[in-house]
Amino acid sequence: MNGISFAFDPNWLTTLSAPFMANAFLAGLAISLAAGVMGYFTIARHSTFAAHALAHIGLPGATGAALLGLPVSAGLGIFALGGALVIGALGKRASQREIATGTVLAFATGLGLFFSRLSSSASQQMQSILFGSILTISTGQIIGFLLFDAILLAVLAVIYRPLLFSSLDEQVAQAKGVPIGAMNIVFMAIMAGVITIAVPAVGTLLIFALVITPAATANILAASPFRAMVLATLLCLVAIWGGLVLSAMFPAPPSFIIVALSTAFWAIARGVEALRKRR
Amino acid sequence: MRQRNAQPEQDAPCVIFREAAIRRGGRIIWRDGDFEIPMGSVTAIVGTNGTGKTSMMKAELGLLPLDHGSIQVLGQPAGAANQRIGYVPQSYTSDIDSNLTAEQSVLLGLTGTMFGIHIVSRAERAKARQALEFVGIADRAAYRLSELSGGQRQRVAIAQALVSDPLLLMLDEPLANLDMASQRSVVDVLAKLNREMGMTIQVVAHDINMLLPILTGAVYLLDGHPHYAALDKVLDSDLLTHLYGTSVRVVTTPQGDMFVTPGNGSGEAVPQHTHDAAELAMMHHHEGGSR
Repeated sequence: MNGISFAFDPNWLTTLSAPFMANAFLAGLAISLAAGVMGYFTIARHSTFAAHALAHIGLPGATGAALLGLPVSAGLGIFALGGALVIGALGKRASQREIATGTVLAFATGLGLFFSRLSSSASQQMQSILFGSILTISTGQIIGFLLFDAILLAVLAVIYRPLLFSSLDEQVAQAKGVPIGAMNIVFMAIMAGVITIAVPAVGTLLIFALVITPAATANILAASPFRAMVLATLLCLVAIWGGLVLSAMFPAPPSFIIVALSTAFWAIARGVEALRKRR
Repeated sequence: MRQRNAQPEQDAPCVIFREAAIRRGGRIIWRDGDFEIPMGSVTAIVGTNGTGKTSMMKAELGLLPLDHGSIQVLGQPAGAANQRIGYVPQSYTSDIDSNLTAEQSVLLGLTGTMFGIHIVSRAERAKARQALEFVGIADRAAYRLSELSGGQRQRVAIAQALVSDPLLLMLDEPLANLDMASQRSVVDVLAKLNREMGMTIQVVAHDINMLLPILTGAVYLLDGHPHYAALDKVLDSDLLTHLYGTSVRVVTTPQGDMFVTPGNGSGEAVPQHTHDAAELAMMHHHEGGSR
């Protein structure tokens, strides 16, 4: 295996103290909060596939924006929000329609590729849109992330219980007067925002492992919604920060290590749960 | 779980149908629903598949608009009194793969419609606990719904519907997909609710055998329109045979219980009446009108 080395980098502390690293750690914190909280609801509403699809629907927006010289996040956000509003307006059942969602997902990914090939600058950004580039997150982006977190928490503080009720059973919630249509649209719109801020970290392809997997792990370990959200946020944070530290020590991309850690936590939790049930 | 000070007088009917009709996708599901269901009754909504049993419940909840006529529930137009109705839809037991615990699920019956920050109070927790005790599942309060059996989930769903002190409890196929013992325990809970609290209960059922001991009447969806009848009228072999389109017999046991069983020649199929709804409305209208 000549040319490939997984040597430990003794200067990793120097790497970690670089200014772009401070930004990456801060971004990780903002992303973890959003993903941890919304991941719980996404699982409760059986909308994980729709969430995954939103990232791909955002892809042509991202490459299209790069093509036009606009901010990538803006294009991604607008496309994801558009997709989210359509899925949301069709109702909660629609977000469970896997074939329609999957078909749109594939087409959107293809369109994203098409846009990226139209210009060399878009083509260059394709890799970081697909797989993330947490080390290049700017201070401006971080301010945007923190603003989004503030809005997310404020909105959730208002709709927390009706959203949870409609996630448990839409018919009962509707009969009791919960505006389930509005709940669904608000949920999907926030989801689009979470996707938009999480893509810079791990990219559209790996987003599932960052937004859904920690929440799934937390669900195994904690039964109360609030505890599960806190735990999912922590797991997400450990995955991202761990990814940053380990990628400074070893020559591996942060996205890979973040996703690997997240998957490992989940696998361990599943394993422990299976052992406990057998006894 | 005391009865809330009931605004509608006890002797007023719980549900009033007046020439009600429901249309779905251009097709009339049923029409000429013209009857009253008394307070404190236990009513089964019976009929073969696709006759609109669930639609009837949704119409009473105001979730499905009427094509014609009116429905009043607890003295108000359909949908207006939903805060005093406990509703347990059919999908409840099969679909739910939730991480919520039984207690949290029941609590949502109290707090699920509240916007804004709300800390669950001790009184609310006690109420949820009481509802779980009533349905006999308090020992599973901390279990997740996904860890409970179908019958246990059904009882949690009933507890969630009960926790807000409803006057009327509506259940859509609560016994479907349950084993005999679970069916028994659900029926026992319903019997207790009706006897001890005077709760009015409606149950959509395709098989009313298990419910017979507690039923006071039934709405039968026949040939495109609903009729209400007290129990002795429903348990008529000819009517049931007509209703299900297969031979049905009514048996009176020494205990006094009555059972509906498939007739001896169970293989023989009785042709089910499939008249046009309009034509049948003419045929049946005199029955409903005279009562």
